[in-house]
Amino acid sequence: MSDQSLELKGSLFPLSVLSCADLSVSSLSWQLKQKLAQAPAFFYQAPIILNLADVEQAPDFHAIKQLFTELKLVLVGVCGASSELKQQAQQAGLAALQLAKDSKTAVTASSNTRQTAVVTSTVNVPMDSKIVEQTVRSGQQVYAKGADLIVKGTVGAGAEVIADGNIHIYGTLRGKAIAGAGGDSTKRIFCYNLQAELVSIAGNYWLSDSLQGDFWGKPACIKLQDDQLVLAELA
Amino acid sequence: MAKIIVVTSGKGGVGKTTSSAAIGTGLALKGNKTVIIDFDIGLRNLDLIMGCERRVVYDFVNVINGEANLKQTLIKDKRTDNLFILPASQTRDKDALTKEGVERVLNELAKDFDFILCDSPAGIEAGAMMALYFADEAVVVTNPEVSSVRDSDRILGMLSSKSRRAEQGLDAIKEHLLLTRYNPERVEKGEMLSVEDVKEILSIDLLGVIPESQAVLNASNSGQPVILDKDSDAGQAYLDTVDRLLGEKVPFRFLTVEKKGLLKRIFGG
Repeated sequence: MSDQSLELKGSLFPLSVLSCADLSVSSLSWQLKQKLAQAPAFFYQAPIILNLADVEQAPDFHAIKQLFTELKLVLVGVCGASSELKQQAQQAGLAALQLAKDSKTAVTASSNTRQTAVVTSTVNVPMDSKIVEQTVRSGQQVYAKGADLIVKGTVGAGAEVIADGNIHIYGTLRGKAIAGAGGDSTKRIFCYNLQAELVSIAGNYWLSDSLQGDFWGKPACIKLQDDQLVLAELA
Repeated sequence: MAKIIVVTSGKGGVGKTTSSAAIGTGLALKGNKTVIIDFDIGLRNLDLIMGCERRVVYDFVNVINGEANLKQTLIKDKRTDNLFILPASQTRDKDALTKEGVERVLNELAKDFDFILCDSPAGIEAGAMMALYFADEAVVVTNPEVSSVRDSDRILGMLSSKSRRAEQGLDAIKEHLLLTRYNPERVEKGEMLSVEDVKEILSIDLLGVIPESQAVLNASNSGQPVILDKDSDAGQAYLDTVDRLLGEKVPFRFLTVEKKGLLKRIFGG
């Protein structure tokens, strides 16, 4: 029993990566305050990773850490650091993380233009699409990350199809369809036969009760209009 | 090379073992050397339905563990030539099956047999996964009601993602729908899903429709596969099912309410 009290598991969490050319405390403090003023609640106690990809001189990690605490942010670690910087960050009690490839390119792009502003926005990649040839069965989940999702077959009851982009279903939609999962409210759901358990666009959802009516069992398009889901004919 | 067919459903009590016994017997009646394996370790039932419970000496787990060989373990059916049963162990649990062990037994059986029928336990856990993993074809047994249909849908998802054929990128498992406990009267009253409803939801080929019948219960109780009761509707429906499994085109029967009166029957009322 005793060895079950402790568990160590790998998990993935979304973290904000902060890139800034000037990491002196005074400059960082001013820029961060401005950024936070735009959306104070959004970044409250948010875990942050500091990107050191284009930093040569070692910043004062202890001072930065303190600044983050004052601003109600949590500095978790650094990424993109040279081995020397990595060591210093670790001594300051920060984790050294590996940076994924695509965000690295985004960083170099911003450093090329010599931006001094704080960059926390995500990279804008053109929408791709993911095609599922067969039926999505109960219990199966399909996620089109950063892409549109096209399902040729039916989405069964208890199945889930999720996309950051639009969702097109050429069969019957009996399960759940979640479009604009990344928060994009312009995305839509198209299906040839609407009998869904749930449809959602950018976090606004309807259960099947709300879908009863003219379009139940018929071709339909679902979109978001003034923060309201709207059903329309698939003309 | 033997064809491995799994009889599965997800949901319990829909008629997997009854169908395994009937289809296995039917295949053997048609001259195919057939073995039915009971994968329901710990809840052995196939031996009862086949009426050979008093002849079980060794079981599937014994063979996997090398405690007995196949020749000692296989039970030859007394009524039907070419038919053998490999019983499950009643004293063990599903973890007694290993992928390597099952594969070894199946390979050995494949040398001798034309058809290997795997009678799956209910659920989607290790036992059921093991039963479907090596399959070439699948008979998905479904009752015409929503929970059974949904569980079948779930199992169909497993067949197309968790089987050996899926993992090795081979041709997909051939999936067949077997609708059991079908009652046309209740369908007409709207108390049961129709064949068309189920076909539409699951979108796989229909292999057979077995009518709800007293003959099935009688057969189970007397330890005799219902397909041997050739006068019964269920027996005939299973015979048709086996013919279709062997590639013959047979029209579906017992789908509509039988009207009383001779004229109506003659003119197909």
